[in-house]
Amino acid sequence: MDAIILQLLNGLDKGSAYALIALGLTLIFGTLGVVNFAHGALFMIGAFCAVTLSKLFNISYETVDPTRKDFLGNPLKIKEPYLEHWFGHDLGATLIDWAVPLAILFSIPIMIAVGFIMERGLIKHFYKRPHADQILVTFGLAIVLQELIKHYYGANPLPTPAPAALTGSFDFGALIGFDPNVVIYPYWRLVYFAFAAVVIGAVFAFLQFTTFGMVVRAGMADRETVGLLGINIDKRFTIMFGIAAAVAGMAGVMYAPINSPNYHMGMDFLVLSFVVVVVGGMGSLPGAVAAGFLLGILESFASMNEIKSLLPGIDQIIIYLVAIIILLTRPRGLMGRKGVMEE
Amino acid sequence: MLGLDKKDFTLLLVVAALVLLAPFILNPFPADSAMAQFNAGYPDLMQRFVIFGIFAIGFNILFGLTGYLSFGHAAFLGVGSYSAVWMFKLLSMNVIPAIILAVIVSGVFALVIGFVSLRRTGIYFSILTLAFAQMSFNLAYSVLTPITNGETGLQITLNDPRILGVSATAEGGIPVTNLFGLEMRGTEVLNIGPWAFQFNNGYYLCGVIMLIAFYISIRIFRSPFGLMLRAIKANKTRLNYTGLNTRPYALAAFVISGMYAGLAGGLLASMDPLAGAERMQWTASGEVVLMTILGGAGTLIGPVVGAGFIKYFENIFSKINESVLHGWFSFLPEGMENGVVWVTEHFVGPGWHLTLGLLFMLVVTFLPGGLVEGGQKLAGLFRRKSKSEAPDGAAQKHPAE
Repeated sequence: MDAIILQLLNGLDKGSAYALIALGLTLIFGTLGVVNFAHGALFMIGAFCAVTLSKLFNISYETVDPTRKDFLGNPLKIKEPYLEHWFGHDLGATLIDWAVPLAILFSIPIMIAVGFIMERGLIKHFYKRPHADQILVTFGLAIVLQELIKHYYGANPLPTPAPAALTGSFDFGALIGFDPNVVIYPYWRLVYFAFAAVVIGAVFAFLQFTTFGMVVRAGMADRETVGLLGINIDKRFTIMFGIAAAVAGMAGVMYAPINSPNYHMGMDFLVLSFVVVVVGGMGSLPGAVAAGFLLGILESFASMNEIKSLLPGIDQIIIYLVAIIILLTRPRGLMGRKGVMEE
Repeated sequence: MLGLDKKDFTLLLVVAALVLLAPFILNPFPADSAMAQFNAGYPDLMQRFVIFGIFAIGFNILFGLTGYLSFGHAAFLGVGSYSAVWMFKLLSMNVIPAIILAVIVSGVFALVIGFVSLRRTGIYFSILTLAFAQMSFNLAYSVLTPITNGETGLQITLNDPRILGVSATAEGGIPVTNLFGLEMRGTEVLNIGPWAFQFNNGYYLCGVIMLIAFYISIRIFRSPFGLMLRAIKANKTRLNYTGLNTRPYALAAFVISGMYAGLAGGLLASMDPLAGAERMQWTASGEVVLMTILGGAGTLIGPVVGAGFIKYFENIFSKINESVLHGWFSFLPEGMENGVVWVTEHFVGPGWHLTLGLLFMLVVTFLPGGLVEGGQKLAGLFRRKSKSEAPDGAAQKHPAE
């Protein structure tokens, strides 16, 4: 029982990441009808926003302290980050410690700008082209973005720690009546799950309860008619592309402490999130979220030792296996609509 | 000639001449000159040109003709490599049985995957093939380690049985791959003045096989079967309404292109008896898509051009480093030299993938027909200048060229 709860929790954070990326992918597909293979790269750029902010916060200057000596007998050089110099020691240190959560604020404008440039500069020209062309051009873009990041940040993973207050683990089992230290769970993953839930909720609320969201949903259902009513639907769809990019970016920022960002993390997630989108049903937002959590949880259950000894290697292939079964039995995915991407 | 019309036969002859004379053509600079690093006439790279040419020709039969975009073709290449290496381990170091087994095994593999994947079209088909390829890749790394030797990769050792051959040579070394005694790694060097031309046995074997593969692909393109595949691309629904079941045709194309990939994998293993799971990863599948699109999907020669282009620049561009660039731009004033070098070095050396990505985006955006279409447009420009009448009649006959 405790093992099951533990795996369920483990599945939630991976599922959150899948759900967030798949949500953005589906937003882009549902609004613009574009299959965006560069979405993983947006996730990666988000993670590198966190890296950049924590690097910026750590820019320091050196002072020489003549009263103290280092081990060679020279005057000791002390590095002090500018932030501590400007805001005083305590506030500065706290800011540096909380660089990753602060990077969310920093990443939103960057990601929206990146999304706008991508949509207006490149993807706009591909609305009328076949899906294969869209896949190919965004695949090329993903390679370019990934290589640029590799050029400036190097090929090695860059550890980006979570704030010290959130690095511990939470004894979840004690809360629901198990022995202490049986079901423990890192705080940051809990934060990640809560964050994902908030973002997903916000996107749905935005689409459901605002006039803007209503117009966008109408445009997703029938773009031409909305255009004929005199509404500039293209402008709204561009904004949705920016929002989708921001969702992917925020998912990346928050993921940085879980897995040190490296330049190919986007590609690693992209393949899986495409599987997630297809399993959920192309163009269905609830489907994408549900499939994200479903596959995340299934993946973590498959990595339990009991199941692995029964079916060796199942943990490596479970996601793809589920995808194949679902695609063959439910051609439109879990919640796909009729007539989307059928030919 | 050979069942081809005059135009196709000329094309085949040109390709044959290029393949056979490649050691000369790819080696235009003397061995010790500054430009020698642009020479591609060494055996390893020439083998890659033709092997990946085969891979791309096969992929083109599926993607170029039927329009089904497979993102998992590298799985067949990997399976071909593994089966070839197993043949070297168990039977003998002769490459013929290894290549035959590679083609058969990958064909069977493609039949199974294709049978399932072709139930869906469009992006669903892409994702299904991708899922199968990733499954094979993950399994090769984990559970199938007894067959694939996991991360180390499958290699031949001194302890292999090799029923028809020897486990070890008389000197106690590992025997090398051969074709009835002709060693694949054997290279004749012809020195003419400062030039050193290398003629490699393995390259010529691969080259001849590629010519055969190319010939078969021309025949497929021109056959009623090829026409049927093109009809699937043009309008599958309409074909269904006329009472035709398209799936057997698509499946046949899928299996043929899988066998081409297996052939390429078997040849890779024959040149260097080593097989690793990374050959099956989805980035490797992406590479063959890039080659085909860059050269021109649906054209006969496009995939070969694309494969050669990518492999050439991958090997040559990535060798250029900062000091080479400083050497090139030393004629500029110093500040400008540093600026130019700073800009250029993003695109060469380890940054070669950036160039590839940009180039690929440009090609997909502006030249959906690939380099072949670009060449035709250029040729068309020149022709229009020299002759006033439009000589498009010949081009209209085979619109897929």
